[in-house]
Amino acid sequence: MNLLLTPEQGELRAAFRSFLREAAPMAEVRRAMESADGYDRAAYARLNGELGLAGLIVPEEHGGAGAGFADLAVALEETGAALLPGPFLATVFAAIAIRESGDPAAAKEHLPGIAAGSTVATLAPLPGTPATVEAGPGGALSGELTALNGAEAGLLVVAAGERLYAVDPQAGGVTRTPLATLDLTRRQARVRLEAAPARPIGTLGRTPDLVAVALAAEQLGVLRRCLDTIVAYSKIRVTFGRYIGSYQGVKHKLADMHCALEQAESIVRYAAWAADESPADLPEAAALAQAYVGPACFRVARDHLLLHGGIGYTWEHDAHLYYKRAKTDEVLLGPPRGHRARLAGLLGL
Amino acid sequence: MSTDLVEFRQRAREWLAANAPAGGTGPGSVAEARAFMAKLYDAGFSGISWPAEWGGQGLGQAEQRVFDEEAGAYTLPTYYFSIGLGMCGPTVVDLGTDEQRRRWVRRLLRGEDIWCQLFSEPNAGSDVAALQTRAERAGDGWVVNGQKVWTSVAQHADLGLLLARTDVDAPKHKGLTMFVIDMHAPGVTVRPLKDMSGRSNFNEIFFDDVHVPDENRIGEVNDGWRCAVTTLLHERLSISGGVGGVAGGRGNPASFEALRATCDTADPVVRDALVELYVRERALELFNARLGQETRAGIFPGARGSAGKLLLAELTQFRADLATSLAGPAAVAWDPETEGAGGLAEALSVAPGLALGGGTNEIMRNIIGDRVLNLPPEPRADKNVPFKDLKVGTQQ
Ligand SMILES: Cc1cc2nc3c(=O)[nH]c(=O)nc-3n(C[C@H](O)[C@H](O)[C@H](O)COP(=O)(O)OP(=O)(O)OC[C@H]3O[C@@H](n4cnc5c(N)ncnc54)[C@H](O)[C@@H]3O)c2cc1C
Repeated sequence: MNLLLTPEQGELRAAFRSFLREAAPMAEVRRAMESADGYDRAAYARLNGELGLAGLIVPEEHGGAGAGFADLAVALEETGAALLPGPFLATVFAAIAIRESGDPAAAKEHLPGIAAGSTVATLAPLPGTPATVEAGPGGALSGELTALNGAEAGLLVVAAGERLYAVDPQAGGVTRTPLATLDLTRRQARVRLEAAPARPIGTLGRTPDLVAVALAAEQLGVLRRCLDTIVAYSKIRVTFGRYIGSYQGVKHKLADMHCALEQAESIVRYAAWAADESPADLPEAAALAQAYVGPACFRVARDHLLLHGGIGYTWEHDAHLYYKRAKTDEVLLGPPRGHRARLAGLLGL
Repeated sequence: MSTDLVEFRQRAREWLAANAPAGGTGPGSVAEARAFMAKLYDAGFSGISWPAEWGGQGLGQAEQRVFDEEAGAYTLPTYYFSIGLGMCGPTVVDLGTDEQRRRWVRRLLRGEDIWCQLFSEPNAGSDVAALQTRAERAGDGWVVNGQKVWTSVAQHADLGLLLARTDVDAPKHKGLTMFVIDMHAPGVTVRPLKDMSGRSNFNEIFFDDVHVPDENRIGEVNDGWRCAVTTLLHERLSISGGVGGVAGGRGNPASFEALRATCDTADPVVRDALVELYVRERALELFNARLGQETRAGIFPGARGSAGKLLLAELTQFRADLATSLAGPAAVAWDPETEGAGGLAEALSVAPGLALGGGTNEIMRNIIGDRVLNLPPEPRADKNVPFKDLKVGTQQ
């Protein structure tokens, strides 16, 4: 079991961090979230071009970097920490599903576009979330589902039970309606399929577990950034003649948040290792990651907001964006009790 | 894993199968423990990662880890040596002279000396630098007078790592010196104290004109605080990565494994409570594993070990509380003839010890805040004042 980053992963992290600091600072995040597209297409294209973001886990034969989940986790921590708007996570989920589908033709058709950054894709419905999708005669799909970045996607990877299908949203039978979302930095859409033409692309396989691991990495990034931000603030904000970080009411809360970070990071490294190296451990690791990291991320985001005082409750301050992302992520793959029930099942309770 | 490690594991497994006492869960007798340590040493499994020149095996953390993994299936009778191995010995290795290392380390590893840690006093626990036990120059040595308290295993100890005040005119942190004291010396009185679990694992100690030779001084005169910090770092790491492991040791009736066997897991509320326990145990286990890997990679965890200590104390309390609540009335009243029936009451009674000994939860949070997150310190009234002018301990 390996729980440490390699020197190369340290470099990857530094590269992502400095790129995102420059290309997607919070002022840009806000501009993007209020724009028509919901994200900055130019910055996204640069991320894919210069850092190979979307192609990270796409196999080399399809134009990607062929990286594993340990590397992907490093990238997702940084995009999460930056609250990078846009369809990166959705596209990663779709790429995971296609990679896992065991369908070489689908991989050949779709993965190069994803790796090049020209295909925005999404996986829907997400594992653990309710949806009614049925395959009719000739494989056409009908039903209603919610899709992360569903309106922006050029490719829908749709799960009907265990089976996966590729759906072109531009073709007939697909209606997409943007949803109002708590998380302003990442959009969702309602997708109605009415006998929409669909191509079967194998089965879900390990996708639900792998998606859970990927999401936990993003959550770790959100958690870490929230803690860093409030630690920095508690060193400059003065009340009653003292920095707030010197008050135990604040300091002890920050210490507990640090403990949450240490454990969350350990779990994410373990889950990424299991995804890459130890299939037998993956189901437990994935359920554990969502059962622990999701709620921990929200608690830290909440306390980081509260410890800012009144400014943290304003629209202008970024704290609420993290708070809302944290809650959205916590329930993205279904409510936390679902992960806990899964764990109970795996443990034979 | 390298073939060396595979071989080492095989050797450890075979040796343990042949030599570890079967079925033991308690500390056993002192004589048995000493005999066991000697055998452990002679087999090459005591002080695995300690420097060979002072009596250790000179192997790496990886070997130690492999041995610990194999030993996890047993409860080895090493309790009486836990203070010596966890904090006193490492302090001597880090800060002692070569002569001191030669004198004490091998004897510790062979089970010849039991050590205790003489830091806390009635007026100085969290604020241990407020201690009042005096060591004064007398000829070529020192004379010690004062009182220590809560000293684990002192009633069995041969040696004690003592922190004493050598300068009352200096500020509190600058007038302390560390010594190794012979617990059998004239003037040392040890009185066992009964703790809330009904056992007498800790003691109060009185020193009346106890002579300590200068060759037993660790570090420089009045540099004892720095030495103590080294000891305390080792203490927190040894507690959080302790022999019992995150699950609280074999035979712990409050562990996840024990509870799943005794509770009605068809009840969804019970099931979810057990999942919560499992998640917390795994989270800490993986954090400890990561710290272990970092240490082996040359990254010293330092104050981050305090997070492990805090989390283990909280987990232990949570687990004991959960287990007794799940069991209900049977946890608090039982037939004394039924073997093991009082186990959960015992678990609940020992749980607070971990949140106090080795530094309280509040002190761990202070350390994480100050030394890991580098938060601004609290204003302090005790920093640059001569010790003799300070208020300490309980005041009316
Ligand atoms: C089982 C056990 C074994 C022990 N073994 C040993 C041993 O072998 N050797 C040894 O030297 N000592 C030993 N101790 C002593 C232990 O280290 C002290 O009890 C502990 O450090 C607390 O000190 P105290 O008892 O003086 O409490 P106090 O320091 O008086 O603390 C009282 C309360 O105030 C809180 N508090 C104190 N200062 C602060 C602060 N700055 N900020 C916030 N809260 C604060 C504490 O958290 C606690 O809740 C042992 C204790 C136990 C319970």
